Amino acid sequence: MESIVLPELGEGIEKATVACLDCQVGDLVQADEDLIEMVTDKATFNVSASQSGKVKEILVKEGQEVEIGKTLILIETGHAI
Amino acid sequence: MLEIKTVTNCKIKDLGLIPYNEAYDIQKSHVDAVLNGEPQTVLFCEHPSVFTLGRLAKEENFLIPQDEILSRGIQICHINRGGDVTLHSPGQLVIYPILDLTNLGKDLRSYMRTLEQVAIDLLCDFDIVANRFEGQTGVWVSNQKIASIGIGVRKWISFHGLAINVNTNLDLFSMIRPCNLDVEITSVSKIKGRFIIMDEVKRRVVNHLSQNFNLRFI
Repeated sequence: MESIVLPELGEGIEKATVACLDCQVGDLVQADEDLIEMVTDKATFNVSASQSGKVKEILVKEGQEVEIGKTLILIETGHAI
Repeated sequence: MLEIKTVTNCKIKDLGLIPYNEAYDIQKSHVDAVLNGEPQTVLFCEHPSVFTLGRLAKEENFLIPQDEILSRGIQICHINRGGDVTLHSPGQLVIYPILDLTNLGKDLRSYMRTLEQVAIDLLCDFDIVANRFEGQTGVWVSNQKIASIGIGVRKWISFHGLAINVNTNLDLFSMIRPCNLDVEITSVSKIKGRFIIMDEVKRRVVNHLSQNFNLRFI
């Protein structure tokens, strides 16, 4: 299982808001595929899959504020794409 | 501010006056190009009048009905940058740096502070003292805003960027609360009391981008 977390975005940025989910539970995704778009007050940031796999669980909702380091999505790896 | 030790190559492309959506498509293609190992690019352009709404924009920041804005031939676009509503219009220099932020420490806030510094340095060339406003993003002259920033980042490649009011028709800003602020907007032209030659501004911006981001323009 691969956890997709909200990465460090820079000094002083402690949280971001989920702007848009680009995947659904059950989707087969490839490494580097955009999964979710986050937004801070002046920046948007796409979080992508680090490995190929199947979206097992989405732990956030659109509009939700999320702290840096929080797990956003769980990917079940080992699925053939 | 960023401490960038590595010099990286970058191209400059001047798109001239171009509709917002066309320039956005060009930005996307350059983001893909940088991801495929091609050089970074800074895009310069001006847009026909268009109000753009970032991801966090509030519709109530339009001070007149949107139908009325559209009837005046001004476009309204919802876009994937941070920030609220702003105006692009001829006479405003829009700068879209398509840069690999892994070279810049993957720090969005430092990146935006460095974009602000480019605008501050440019304005200094025109003997205008400009500053940041604590808690805000953008550049001010006294209490008037002159440059706005809203960025997007995909796989640590930047897009969208910085808009500096050079010869902009400022009357159009009265239709909105720009950036969700009750703020007056100014321009280089208004402060200097004369028309500013845009090519001179672009030459100076290239210089300040090079210095602040340690870019070698090719």
